[in-house]
Amino acid sequence: MDKRTSYFEDITLLKDRPVKGWSLLGLLLFGLIPFVLAEYQVFIANLVLVNIIIILGLNVLVGNTGQISLGHGGFVAIGAYMTVILDEGWLPFLPSLILAGFVAAIFGFILGIPSLRLEGPYLAVATLGFGLAVTIVIGRLSFFGGHMGIMPPQLEVWGMKLTTNSHLYYLTLGIALVLGVFARLLIKSRIGRAFSAIRDSDIAAASLGVNVVRYKTMSFAFSAFYAGIGGGIWAYVLGFISPGNFTPVLSILLLSMVVVGGLGTITGSVLGATVITLLNLQGEKIQEVPLIGPFFEWVSVHYMSISGLPNINFVFMGLTVILIILFEPLGLFGIWMRIKIYFKTWPF
Amino acid sequence: MIGQLIMTGIVAGSIYALVALAMSLTYKSSEVANFAQGEMAMFSTYVAFVMLATYQLPFWVAFGGSLLFAFLLGLFLHLAIIRRAKDPNVLNLLIITLGFQVFLYGLAGWKWGSEQRVLKIPVSQTETVEFAGLIISQLNLATILVAILLMISVYILLRFTKLGLAIKATQQNETAAKINGIPTRRIVAITFGISSVIGAVAGILMAPITTLDPNMMIEPLLKGFAAAVLGGFNSLAGVVCGAFILGIVESLFGFYISTEFKSIVAFLIIVIVLYFKPSGLFGTHYTRKV
Repeated sequence: MDKRTSYFEDITLLKDRPVKGWSLLGLLLFGLIPFVLAEYQVFIANLVLVNIIIILGLNVLVGNTGQISLGHGGFVAIGAYMTVILDEGWLPFLPSLILAGFVAAIFGFILGIPSLRLEGPYLAVATLGFGLAVTIVIGRLSFFGGHMGIMPPQLEVWGMKLTTNSHLYYLTLGIALVLGVFARLLIKSRIGRAFSAIRDSDIAAASLGVNVVRYKTMSFAFSAFYAGIGGGIWAYVLGFISPGNFTPVLSILLLSMVVVGGLGTITGSVLGATVITLLNLQGEKIQEVPLIGPFFEWVSVHYMSISGLPNINFVFMGLTVILIILFEPLGLFGIWMRIKIYFKTWPF
Repeated sequence: MIGQLIMTGIVAGSIYALVALAMSLTYKSSEVANFAQGEMAMFSTYVAFVMLATYQLPFWVAFGGSLLFAFLLGLFLHLAIIRRAKDPNVLNLLIITLGFQVFLYGLAGWKWGSEQRVLKIPVSQTETVEFAGLIISQLNLATILVAILLMISVYILLRFTKLGLAIKATQQNETAAKINGIPTRRIVAITFGISSVIGAVAGILMAPITTLDPNMMIEPLLKGFAAAVLGGFNSLAGVVCGAFILGIVESLFGFYISTEFKSIVAFLIIVIVLYFKPSGLFGTHYTRKV
């Protein structure tokens, strides 16, 4: 759209004054959320932020590097359990969180190694197996609390006790912001361009001197790091974690957030994570939605079953993913771009 | 003892083999790894259940009806969804099938709840047959026999019929097949239908072993998929061998080493095998054109 005259214009974080202004305004709005919304809604906002963090990483892997991961639930689990266990006895919260992120990244690196030789469905099944294996191992070892799960300790950052959801919200917002900026800088850097080159054709990339081995494993490690950090915070948002939280369904949900949002863009990650998380949470309690709630209740009573109504959540999720891919392969980001272009060139 | 364990492995392996065969058939014709295969089978099994329990139809009518439904469901997946995808790449197609899987899972959960039901079939699970010193229940024997019968029919279909020839031609080179007058799109749709039918048979065999609930096909699907990958996705015989190997190894591992970690052994084997042989044990190595 805009003409760029130098490389540095392309990689600057905030392009010009309007963008700076809007970003500041957006940040302000995000900062005001705990004052405006009720406690439970802030809890939901926390869940959204956690998912945004995870999706920022996963999108770099799926959207920018073109690799499939159906095992991201495993990294989230590793991050969550590592953070809680380290925080319980060894380290303060933030170092535990970062260390857990790095542990997840090491696992990501290990999972990245087979990805060098696998692609498509083969890679999908290898990562799926990884995610499943993590859940099963955690569920069977009493060190991790087994099937009963574990509870994170009281959250304390720099001597301050964070007790309410609002406190946790600001912490999560800060982390999400830092990670978001970092992801964006990475995509625009030499490393990010190497990722894109591998996505478009790894053979061409290799012949142009991109070290495919290094960058593929790096991409896996990077996205696993994000998943680990997201998982660590998730444990504190939920206040309780068990292996049941990290089923393959979680991995599928995460992947669908990436696709619905739009592959390979930061805006897409944020949009996708927000929309799917909210849709998912609301779908479980569809009866409470005005207008359509009673309608679905009526349909359930007459044609389906009322006890299975919360499962309608999955129906919506599946339909959304299918429709997005069929009609808007760029995801919500594509819709967003179309709206933007429409107003930019209005009235033409 | 070891004979008995191998027998258990073969029973599990025949279910995996059917799922793997179904996935491999569609994969060969359209490069789509159909993750919805398991849920399609689960849904078809529920259709059989409704015909048996609600409408009190005889078993064979319900069985046939369920297979017909499965065939139509497979056609629907291809005609209404996969074919409509704009500019599809591997990732998009994979996610479409995942979306369809989640959709069917939700629909089944909504309609029938998550309570476990019993699918009545005319073979007994408790009565056993003794065969060459091995004890096997009637149900397990029927499972093995039906699976083998189905595999033979797939073989005959592909080897000796005109439709099979068209399917193979489409799988090998779609453009060339089209030039030679084969309606390739219709053939691919029919392949989806056939593989859905194979999956439905697996589901109906599976339901009495476990119970009928929306979760029942998730693990068999993953194992079947894993078996297909293990055997090499593009060789049907390899896929079936992979499934039996997986079933037997799993059964032996469960007895001699640990039952707790039985379910992950499958994936460990697969990751290791794929690392050394990226196209699976029996798959023909394919080189990518640049």
